Amino acid sequence: MDWLRATLREVLGLFIDDGSFAFAIVFWLGVIWLTTRLFHAFTQWGGPILFLGLVLLLFESAWRTARSRRQAGRKTTP
Amino acid sequence: MGMGWTHLGASVVAAFLASLVEFVEALTVVLAVGSVRGWRSAIIGSAFACAVLLSLVAGLGSTLTRIPLPVIQLLVGTLIVLFGLRWLRKAILRAAGVIPLHDEDAAFLKSTMMLRTAASPLGSWDRLAVATAFNITMLEGTEVIFIVIAIGAGGRGLLFAASLAALAALIVVIGLGLALHRPLARVPENTLKFAVGVLLSAFGTFWVGEGIGIKWPGGDFAIVGMAVAYLAVAGGAVSLCRKRSQIFRVLGQEQ
Repeated sequence: MDWLRATLREVLGLFIDDGSFAFAIVFWLGVIWLTTRLFHAFTQWGGPILFLGLVLLLFESAWRTARSRRQAGRKTTP
Repeated sequence: MGMGWTHLGASVVAAFLASLVEFVEALTVVLAVGSVRGWRSAIIGSAFACAVLLSLVAGLGSTLTRIPLPVIQLLVGTLIVLFGLRWLRKAILRAAGVIPLHDEDAAFLKSTMMLRTAASPLGSWDRLAVATAFNITMLEGTEVIFIVIAIGAGGRGLLFAASLAALAALIVVIGLGLALHRPLARVPENTLKFAVGVLLSAFGTFWVGEGIGIKWPGGDFAIVGMAVAYLAVAGGAVSLCRKRSQIFRVLGQEQ
């Protein structure tokens, strides 16, 4: 059963690396989905907004990780 | 509008490159098993895993055809966005030097050390070697299957094209493994992951949008536009993260 547990862990790891990043992506997709359901006109210009949000989330996550690694390295620097 | 060449071409390239990266990682461990514990066990373990994976593909493939396309696009698109952006984020951090690059030679050495120090098989059946080859083929193969199904779920005929692309990647990696008998350390893995991350993120965003009911400006060409934009943003993120890293290193040395 070890391989099954390892495979399940690996499959989950395919999608979630940084938990807050994954949560933010799903949240943003949910916001876009809900807005499209509530306002039909949103279907025309929802694409660029969806894309822009994901790009910002990607940038923020990479930036945050780079900064936190720097701070962690700074603390361990003698 | 039918599926255009843009959509098909980008799908095939994404499936091929993504599968190539995964097969290269699997090959490293299978080569370690073969060279330390014998090729018979390495081949049996990998072949058994391939059989399990193929039956999974057959089962999932037939199930997918019964689900309405917008539902698949929304669900699979969400998974692709999570998967693609995760790859892209990791590739950005690796390219910027924030996290170390994946080293196939180091992975090969680690695997061979582990297999050498383990006890020798009691009979003709080397359980450890078979299990190691089976596990790595299952793990990396699962990722390939997910990628193929995710890319293939986007339209009629795409699953077949994505499967062929993955098969071509497998043949290339097996061929190189047979010819070289050592890990494919020179494969620019992070560059490939960067490219695949960009393509998958663009695909995923497109399909999620389609699944939600969004009308993309330019139709299928929106995928190309988003891929270019993701690439530009990721490139910018690499140079910004790298600059901050270098500033920190200088500060760290001064302190």
